[in-house]
Amino acid sequence: MADYKYTKDHECVFVDGQDVWVGISSYAREALGDLVYVELPEVGKSVSQGDDIAVIESVKTAAEVYAPVAGEVIAVNEAMPDDLDLIAKPVEQGGWIVKLKVADSGALDALMNSAAYEAYLKEVD
Amino acid sequence: MAERTPLYDSHLALGAKTGPFAGYDMPLYYKDGVLQEHLWTRAQAGLFDVSHMGQAIVEGAGAVSFLERITPSSFQNKPNGRAQYTVLTNEAGGIVDDLIITRLEEQRFFLVFNAGCKDKDIGWMKAVLPDGASFQVLDTRALIALQGPKAAEALMSVFAVDTSALPYMAIMQDVDIAGAHCYVSRLGYTGEDGFEISVPGEKAALIWSALLRSEMVKPVGLAARDSLRLEMGYPLYGHDIDDTTSPVEAGLSWVMGKDNTGFIGADKVLAQKAAGPERVRVGVRLLDKGVAREGSEIRNDLDVKIGMLTSGGFSPSLEASIGMGYVPVAYAAPGTKIFVTVRGRNIAAEIAAMPFVPARTKSMKKLDTGIEKKGAVNG
Repeated sequence: MADYKYTKDHECVFVDGQDVWVGISSYAREALGDLVYVELPEVGKSVSQGDDIAVIESVKTAAEVYAPVAGEVIAVNEAMPDDLDLIAKPVEQGGWIVKLKVADSGALDALMNSAAYEAYLKEVD
Repeated sequence: MAERTPLYDSHLALGAKTGPFAGYDMPLYYKDGVLQEHLWTRAQAGLFDVSHMGQAIVEGAGAVSFLERITPSSFQNKPNGRAQYTVLTNEAGGIVDDLIITRLEEQRFFLVFNAGCKDKDIGWMKAVLPDGASFQVLDTRALIALQGPKAAEALMSVFAVDTSALPYMAIMQDVDIAGAHCYVSRLGYTGEDGFEISVPGEKAALIWSALLRSEMVKPVGLAARDSLRLEMGYPLYGHDIDDTTSPVEAGLSWVMGKDNTGFIGADKVLAQKAAGPERVRVGVRLLDKGVAREGSEIRNDLDVKIGMLTSGGFSPSLEASIGMGYVPVAYAAPGTKIFVTVRGRNIAAEIAAMPFVPARTKSMKKLDTGIEKKGAVNG
């Protein structure tokens, strides 16, 4: 079972040692509907927690993706703008948008685990 | 608390995602999503609840002069049964609202205007209503739009309403649908062939669900209604046109009647028409990836701001980002290279002719007698 963490803004994070793969939750995917474009950040960019790291454009709206924790962008999913169906895949299997080198891995503890996120979704719905 | 149309429960039963629009809780999209609803309307027939819009009847010996006072169009020689898209102008030559006015009889007209402007419009019009005309708001009627290449076939197959003799921009009055008195107008906001059907509110749900039993018909929400009208270059009031834009700048001079010089704001509008406007509403098409929405800056090749997008979004038919906005006339020619700024980044774009997608409405051909006659059609 993959170890996912979630933010209140529906980012989905896969923790891989000091690095995290950042995508969006299936709840967020469904809320966005049909995607038309993903705007990626520059590799090497340093981000604080909550900074915009990407923008997902759907037919309906533009949605910012926020950095779940502070860190440095070490890779972006270059394939995604040309293959938006990738977003439906698990984060570590193609559904990722950005890979971050985490500045302080302790910050990850503040994110929700799957059970907490499920409970959070029931609350916001 | 948001208002609801008579079809609210029908929307919920269909799994609609609803949201606030013009004081109403309206369906934004249904289960298939915006993209599919858009493409379905272009390929088959989409069913829209537009009951939030205002409907009214203007009647009396003073009706024509009243309408030629509040709009720059001419109604004196309008045939019975003909619908006219037009605007209400203010003293400054701006636009109070855009609307459809249909001549039902010599001295009887049917008006359909925007939901968000309902109270404003009614107050505006009643304030200049002469003694010889009455203004009756039809607030118990619903309005259902059936739009798409299969709209006529669906209406025939479900209710045996034969629209084969009905031209574009014309109305069939006294149509009996499910025992209800309906107005069937061949027009819409999608650029497809189709109809807007004014029905008594209490019969709306029945008529709506009957139409959905046709396999050609699917419900379509306001989100796809917006992308469909954007592809046609149709302005949306409060965005692409408002109190500060004139019909001349908006590219709507064609609604003006040659012989109408007495409308509100005529001095301003006619002077601008004669001199030519400084800025005009244009279509914009992005040449690079990205989506530009309302509020994005339009910049020239020297990176100087020349305007703003008043609407913008993804065009499902073109699979490109399109929009519209106002630019100085020097930049208005289709093909002019510009930039649109999205989140601080300039995206290459060009001025594009509108409509972005060719309209497929029927011919307006001359109205012959008969189609507007009472009892011409029975459901």
